[in-house]
Amino acid sequence: MDSAWVALALTLKVAGWATAINLLMGVAVGYTLSRWRFRGRDVIDAVLTLPMVLPPTVLGYYLLVLLGRHGAVGQWLQQNLGIQLIFTWQGAVIAASVVAFPLVFKSARAAFENVEPSLEQAARVLGLSEAAVFFRITLPLAWRGILSGTLLAFARATGEFGATLMVAGSIVGETQTLSIAVYEAVQAGQDQTANFLVLVTSVSCLALLLSAGYLAPGRIAGQAQRGDR
Amino acid sequence: MMWQVELHSRFGHQQSAFELDIAFTSNSQRLVLFGPSGAGKTQTLMMMAGLNTPQHGRVVFNDKILLDSQSGVHLPARVRGLGYVFQDYALFPHLTVRQNIGFALHEGWLNPPPSHKDPSVNHWIEVFQLEAVANLYPEQISGGQRQRTALARALVSQPEALLLDEPFAAMDRPLRLRLRSELLQLQAELSLPMVLITHDEEDMQAFAQEVIQVDNGKVVSDSSPSD
Repeated sequence: MDSAWVALALTLKVAGWATAINLLMGVAVGYTLSRWRFRGRDVIDAVLTLPMVLPPTVLGYYLLVLLGRHGAVGQWLQQNLGIQLIFTWQGAVIAASVVAFPLVFKSARAAFENVEPSLEQAARVLGLSEAAVFFRITLPLAWRGILSGTLLAFARATGEFGATLMVAGSIVGETQTLSIAVYEAVQAGQDQTANFLVLVTSVSCLALLLSAGYLAPGRIAGQAQRGDR
Repeated sequence: MMWQVELHSRFGHQQSAFELDIAFTSNSQRLVLFGPSGAGKTQTLMMMAGLNTPQHGRVVFNDKILLDSQSGVHLPARVRGLGYVFQDYALFPHLTVRQNIGFALHEGWLNPPPSHKDPSVNHWIEVFQLEAVANLYPEQISGGQRQRTALARALVSQPEALLLDEPFAAMDRPLRLRLRSELLQLQAELSLPMVLITHDEEDMQAFAQEVIQVDNGKVVSDSSPSD
C-alpha cells in the first residue's frame, strides 16, 4: 500500500505544479484574448482549446516530437541547459499542464469578459493606472470564475493518463502517478492494490469537484441576493 | 473659455455608420447636453473625460489642453482631473459604500480596507447621509443611495469639474425631484462646474444655465433654457 501513497504524493506534486503554471498562464492568456482584438485571435483560441478535444495520446505524441531528444525544444534544452524532460516528473508536469490548460484559460477569459467595462472606466477616471485597475477591479471581480476553472484543471491534471504516460513513462516513485499506477496494477493482476488506488483517486477527485462547485459563480450570485433590499 | 470641445468620429460601416461631429464652447457652470437617446451625448461626455478617443478633436478645460489630436496631446482619463458619474453609477460591487467612496484616495494595487476612515470620506458620507449604509454593498442599498454614493466617490478626489451621464434616468418622479434639487444645491455650494446629459426636458429646464442640443451626432442649437 505504501506505493499508493508514493503515487498519490507524486500525483499531487505534478498536478500542483501544473495548476500553478496554468493559473499564471491561463490568467495572462485569458485576459489578453478577452481585452485585445487582433487578427488570428480566434485561431489562437482554437489552438489553445485543442487539448480539450484531442486524444491525450495525440497530445503526448506532439509533446514527444517537440520535447524529445531530437525535438526542436528538447534538443535546445539538452544542449544549452543540460535539461532533459522526457521520462522525468517535470515532463509529467508539462503533459498535465497542456491537457488541463483549456479549463483555466477558457474560464478566465469568460470571467474577464463578464466584468462590466464601465467599472474599469470608473476606476480609470478615479485616477488608477492600468495595472491598478487590473488588480483592484478586474481580477477581484473575475476571481471566482478563474478559481473554479483552476480547481477543475487541478482535478483534470490529477487524473491525467495518456499524455503523461507517453511523455514521462511509468517509473515508480519518479513518474508513476495514481492513474498510471492503477493501469500497471491491473495489468499485473494486483487487484487489491488496484482497488485501493482507485478508491484513493475517486475520493480525492470527489473532494476537488465539491470544492470547485462550492466556488462556482452561481453560488456567489445566490449569496449576493441575500441583501437587505 | 471654460470648455472648448471639438470632436469628430465615425462609427460603424457604410449604411449603419454614425458620424459624431460635435463642436461647442461654453462658460457655464451648469451645462446640459440635451437630446434623444442615440444622439451621441454619452460618446461626447466620454471623450471629454478621456474614456474614449475621437478620430480627431480637441478638448480644452480652463485653458488646460486635455486632448489635441493635431499636436498629439492625449491626456489619459486618470490625469484629467474630471469627476464622472456613470448612468448606471458603476459602483464597484465587491466594495462597500465606504470603500467605494474612498477608492480614489487609496493609491497602489490594493483596495482601501473596509475599515479605512479618511476624514474626507467621512465628510462626504455625512453630507450625503450615507452613515447607515456605509458598510453595505451597492446591491444592498436603494437607487437614491447608489446615486449619492457615486457622487461622493467622484467628489472625494476634488475634481475640477463633474460630468454626469443621465444621473436621474432610473428614478421615479419624487426621488428625481429631490435629487435634482440636492445636485443644484451641491453645485451652488461648491461652485463646481458640471456638465450633465439628459433626454428629459424637465431635468434640462431645472438644471441648465446653458443647453447644447444634440441630435444625430451634431449640435443643433446652443442656448440658455429661457430662450
